[in-house]
Amino acid sequence: MTAPRTLYDKLWDSHVVADLAGGEALLYIDRHILHEVSSPQSFVALREAGRQVRRPEAHLAVADHAVPTRARGEIADPLARAQVAELEANVAEFGLPYAALDGADQGIVHVIGPERGFTLPGTTIVCGDSHTTTHGAFGALAFGIGASEQATVMATQCLRQARAKTMNVELTGALHPLVGAKDIALALIAQIGGNGAAGYAVEYTGPAVAAMSMAARMTLCNMTIEAGSRIGLVAPDETTFAYVKGRPMAPKGAHWDAALGYWRGLASDSGAHWDKVVTLDLTAIEPQASWGTSPGQTLPISARLPDPANIIDPVERRETEKALAYMGLIGGAPLAGTVITHAFIGSCTNGRIEDLRAAAEIARGRKVSHGIKAIVVPGSAATRAQAEAEGLDRVFCAAGFEWRFAGCSMCVAMNDDRLTPGDRCASTSNRNFEGRQGPGGRTHLMSPAMAAAAAIAGCLADVRDYAP
Amino acid sequence: MKLQPFIRIAGHAAALAEDNIDTDIIFPARFLLLTTREGLGAHAFHDRRYLADGSEIADFVLNREPFREAQVLVAGANFGSGSSREQAVWALLDFGIRAVIAPGFGEIFHANCMRNGVLPLTFDAEVCAGLSAAAEAGKAFAINLEAQHVTVEGMAPLGFTLPPERREAMLNGWDETDQIVGSFGEQIAAFETVQRRSQSWLYPEDTKQ
Repeated sequence: MTAPRTLYDKLWDSHVVADLAGGEALLYIDRHILHEVSSPQSFVALREAGRQVRRPEAHLAVADHAVPTRARGEIADPLARAQVAELEANVAEFGLPYAALDGADQGIVHVIGPERGFTLPGTTIVCGDSHTTTHGAFGALAFGIGASEQATVMATQCLRQARAKTMNVELTGALHPLVGAKDIALALIAQIGGNGAAGYAVEYTGPAVAAMSMAARMTLCNMTIEAGSRIGLVAPDETTFAYVKGRPMAPKGAHWDAALGYWRGLASDSGAHWDKVVTLDLTAIEPQASWGTSPGQTLPISARLPDPANIIDPVERRETEKALAYMGLIGGAPLAGTVITHAFIGSCTNGRIEDLRAAAEIARGRKVSHGIKAIVVPGSAATRAQAEAEGLDRVFCAAGFEWRFAGCSMCVAMNDDRLTPGDRCASTSNRNFEGRQGPGGRTHLMSPAMAAAAAIAGCLADVRDYAP
Repeated sequence: MKLQPFIRIAGHAAALAEDNIDTDIIFPARFLLLTTREGLGAHAFHDRRYLADGSEIADFVLNREPFREAQVLVAGANFGSGSSREQAVWALLDFGIRAVIAPGFGEIFHANCMRNGVLPLTFDAEVCAGLSAAAEAGKAFAINLEAQHVTVEGMAPLGFTLPPERREAMLNGWDETDQIVGSFGEQIAAFETVQRRSQSWLYPEDTKQ
């Protein structure tokens, strides 16, 4: 009888190639997703060392970060065009599977991995992108890495890693219908801090998680990096298996049956040891919006902004003053009613069909407030097609939103979707860092329904006042 | 690009005593369109160093003497959080920074530092506050990886410990891919043989026509 283990323990143990000193191990990496922005230097490293890719079929490449979203076809920005061309040349040279920019499979790395069935329970998955935490929603050990590590993975299918501690984030109680996974994630980060989960592999548990769609679980795991952890997990269950079954790259026939048998044994055992347990009561969670320049600077929409005059801790007071100054806000003022210039619905956090449906429900039959630039950027070409089949594009366009092609867009502001200094955006993305959506731009993170409500109100607003 | 060994460094340290300096601040995303590793120091902390017209912001620490030549950065909590972009480390390195001292780091940034011969050292917030004040006062810093200590003019030496293999690799400038290929080739092949049998669905190349 082996001791009870967590999901993380099982994923770790099943991928150890060699134990190393100091709690480290050489871990086998089953899958690697790559995009145009973080991979060029990885291929240079391979080429300089004269190495090949060990298992080309274990990789999947796509262009998402720098691509324009107004139209497909030739990219106007010469640097972005060159970067996508370099990715295409690299995947051709090394024989890696590639989802072409003009094709039906293109999209954000963390949206197409699951959609294609490339993301599977029980696997180790890496990508040169911090939001690789997303894939943990399938019960996969998934984490972001740097370009040098990507080169190592391509050459060896292995990485040297230190074992993390385990944290159980237990979600109890029931959510208000217009409050969702994004609100939970933001409330959690506000509670434990932007580095509150550093050093831990986080697993989300409780009946609320079991009841969540895969899209909601992906949002939750995606935001785990904003709490300082590279790893967010949800145990695979019938919801997971139903999502994966039949996807183009998912196992079929006898392989499917064997995989399913294996996946059913992955959930954390009862009695497994956790290094830390955090409980969050969902009943008390309101719709959330960030007000500052790190995701932990988040409040319920009914709250007032922190007033530095009332903060005793000098470090916290200085941080609050700095964030308020960058954001152009006044301490003590209500968060709701803050006037915006832009709304962005999309990203690897909230660019899935369920997210677009939630935003469309709020936008249906209403109009974007005068002068607000509001864009909807589906997370993938398949998501875009599905939304169009459901008529969501027409709902958005009738309300005055722009309907775009898939990509990271205004989450990372590497293409022409960016804020200019002083612009203020209600955004479904994951980071409100200084300049994240463009130099001098100001970001308020929130759920898709909240962003739609803000676009209509012209200011941060409580989505519960805009119930469909 | 050849990895530089890290043995010992000495000189001024620049204090950036602010929490949550994320990799977007260290290296803004719009410069990620560059596809090289070299010459990125020009963009390090770009929006903190330069005004929109390209002129320098005089009071930013890395625009001040003697900190323009600093090899050590003393930072706040959660330094290098956020994006996985290795350009953040390449930019620091190209600027001349070989070590960062902070109460805590973004995990991916920390790993990227180790891969590039930039030494990330974690000390308590109080210790970092003292180091930050010493740095700002222009005290001389020395970091010795062989002896594993930091010495600052007028302060007692501070010890630190790296995992022995990591320390060895950094002292010698060893490349991790080379090490894995050189030492674990047989174990990787053996792992794959077993996994191929027990989880054959993970090997699409075996069934592909």
